[in-house]
Amino acid sequence: MKSIFPPFNFSEIFYEPWMSKDDIIWNSEIILMGFLISFSCGLIGTFLVLRKLALMGDAISHSILPGIVLAIIAFQSTALIPMFLGACIAGLACSFCIEWLQRKTHLKPDAALGLTFTSFFALGILLISQMGHHVHIDAECLLYGEIGMTPLAENIKIGSINFGPRPIFAMLAITIVLILLIIIFYKQLVITSFDEILSNSIGIPVKTIHYALMFALAITIVSALESVGVILVVAMLVFPSTTASLFSTRLPVILFSTFPLALLYSIGGFFFARWMDCSIAGAMASVAFVSFLAIWLISNKSFIQPIYEILAKNLGQKKSP
Amino acid sequence: MLIRIIILSLGLLGTIAHAEQISENYNLYEKTTRFFSFSDYSVKLILSGIILMGSGCGLIGSFVVTRKLSLFGDTLSHAVLPGIAVGFICTESKNSFGIILGALIAGFLGVSLISLIRRTTRIHLDSILGLVLSGFYAIGICLLTRIQKLEYGNQSGIDRYLFGQITGLSLSDILIIGISTTLVCLFIFLFYKEMLVTGFDEGFACSIGLPIHLLQYILWVLLSFTVITSLQLVGVILVSALLIIPAATALMITQRMNSLLLCSACLGIIAGVIGCYISFLGNQLPTGPLIVLSSTVIFIIVHLFNPKKGVFFEKFRLRKYRDKISLENTLKAVYQVLEKNHFTQDQINISDLAKRRKVSIAEAQREAKNLVKREYAHVAKKEPSMLPGESILSLTSVGWSNACRIIRNHRLWELYLTNQAHYAPDHVHDDAEKIEHILGDEIVRKIERILSNPRKDPHGKLIPSQQDIDRGFINVHEK
Repeated sequence: MKSIFPPFNFSEIFYEPWMSKDDIIWNSEIILMGFLISFSCGLIGTFLVLRKLALMGDAISHSILPGIVLAIIAFQSTALIPMFLGACIAGLACSFCIEWLQRKTHLKPDAALGLTFTSFFALGILLISQMGHHVHIDAECLLYGEIGMTPLAENIKIGSINFGPRPIFAMLAITIVLILLIIIFYKQLVITSFDEILSNSIGIPVKTIHYALMFALAITIVSALESVGVILVVAMLVFPSTTASLFSTRLPVILFSTFPLALLYSIGGFFFARWMDCSIAGAMASVAFVSFLAIWLISNKSFIQPIYEILAKNLGQKKSP
Repeated sequence: MLIRIIILSLGLLGTIAHAEQISENYNLYEKTTRFFSFSDYSVKLILSGIILMGSGCGLIGSFVVTRKLSLFGDTLSHAVLPGIAVGFICTESKNSFGIILGALIAGFLGVSLISLIRRTTRIHLDSILGLVLSGFYAIGICLLTRIQKLEYGNQSGIDRYLFGQITGLSLSDILIIGISTTLVCLFIFLFYKEMLVTGFDEGFACSIGLPIHLLQYILWVLLSFTVITSLQLVGVILVSALLIIPAATALMITQRMNSLLLCSACLGIIAGVIGCYISFLGNQLPTGPLIVLSSTVIFIIVHLFNPKKGVFFEKFRLRKYRDKISLENTLKAVYQVLEKNHFTQDQINISDLAKRRKVSIAEAQREAKNLVKREYAHVAKKEPSMLPGESILSLTSVGWSNACRIIRNHRLWELYLTNQAHYAPDHVHDDAEKIEHILGDEIVRKIERILSNPRKDPHGKLIPSQQDIDRGFINVHEK
């Protein structure tokens, strides 16, 4: 049996990425991309978790597959904009279907969700297998994502100014728009998340805000997907706000703490992946999982109390002789 | 829904077109007989695997769907990934009990973590599922990418757990699926009553001394076992579809637990066989997605054409209600015309009816015809000298008692609203107009008791009593 863990070499992991100018740009672009995705997903995920829609992200990210494939079939190319539109439409269609099933049948919400997105995904896989060999879609890329390839993407240039790789630019734009939208519509978002009846009675359009949120979610997921894959998107939607909710119950605190958490995930994940020599996106999500578990254990009295007692006992025993 | 149907039909059209293109070489009939005679060894193997898997998933799925655990299956199928990776590293082979054992342990860890987080924090269940799902899966991906770098000899085989691979099915795989399905059947056979009680009323089950936690853990272990064994056939994501969709479809057909179990197992098998057949007809058609899509199509068909709740029959049901209401309104109008004449005569003109209903004479004649069709009324033979609105209409005894019932419902309700709910007398009419059609006998008796058999409504009109109905007329002078 070969060891899963490679030897830990401090300088190789922490110094080597920053030795030359090219390396610095390359690696900081990866970290920046990871940070932007974690941050924007964390912001929108906070509201999803509040509305008990945490798995909606999972559903939408799986269901965009047929949209992408149909766009490729329809336009016979892998051009970016039709694929993006197809993915957004499929994601929104999935969320409409879930709503519709919940309204029209006696299915429980979770069953409606599971039924819809698995069917969409199955259709997507079937379509991929029928596309033949002229276009290649890597289903694994959709599932894992390859954030390490971000710096390879074409740069966006306006005039003579270089704005950096396209995915980072797009993600940055989405993050800024999300922050602005949350600031502008903060009150409406909060009220509709906590009390639908009240917000209906004071004239806030609950349905519109719900679908606007779904639309924002779909766009964020689609832009993040090529870099980090389905599962990391789900992780980044859920982990920041639930981790923050372990130590605070105030919404502004939770929203603000997605920022340091996103930094932690992206930087920690980057170095973890360098050490383990594995998928960077997976490493970022693993760091998120581990940090959640750590904060959960620390914040939980029933876990901590026995350890304190044991420590106190041992220290007391050492002192007495 | 429309978009989904379009997408689905596009997909189906694609597959059909493809199937036809292939069957130019082989006859469709020949292929069908070859498929259903089970002469090919591989077809026999795959079909038996699919039938075992479909029935097992359907059975356990009906517990999953009724207990709101639908996304548990999804979480479990993702959470077993690190277990598979560790099992692969330990045994260095892709086809062993080591992987299944690793997956079982990982699945059990995941489920325990879910219930632990749920007990100690205030995070909602769906967020916890998301946490465990993505956390375990991320660790699994790290391990898998690491394994790829380590250059094991046959590492490519591990992909089958992600996307499923039905063609590489061996006899030992089928044996494992068979064991898991047998365990599920055995469990249901032994603990059917206990599962029924815990599923519907946990508090009651606890109070009569059933070990609810033990039963729940057994269910989880069986669920993870089913998920893991199905994983290599259809892949991570489609497993949860096989758990949810047949059971959800069965839930539309039946409401009883025993028939639900049977129905969902059958639907699982049917979807499996159809999917397998279509993929056999075509060339390089993936079986897993086809199985899922055929169960989705079955779900949609059942949803549309279910006589009780189906969307397709909704129009007919609505129309039936509309007809009933308009019929009852006509009866009421006839009664009111009779009442206006102080019940001195027992027949009315159609034109009076039309005036009362505020419709044209032709419309009133149509409504009168409807009454005659139900034998609620007679219309006297039309004489040539008569003008259109001068036909004479008289109620039969059935029609009379029905008309009295409606009026009675209406006026009782008005009185109830003014007396008990303290509505103003001029506000109660619209409400009563709606409710008169749906008040049942039981509620009417109750209202009578509350109001102690009243004779007059808030507007001072007589409420027809049971005696009036029996007698066939109302004596206005009676006090």
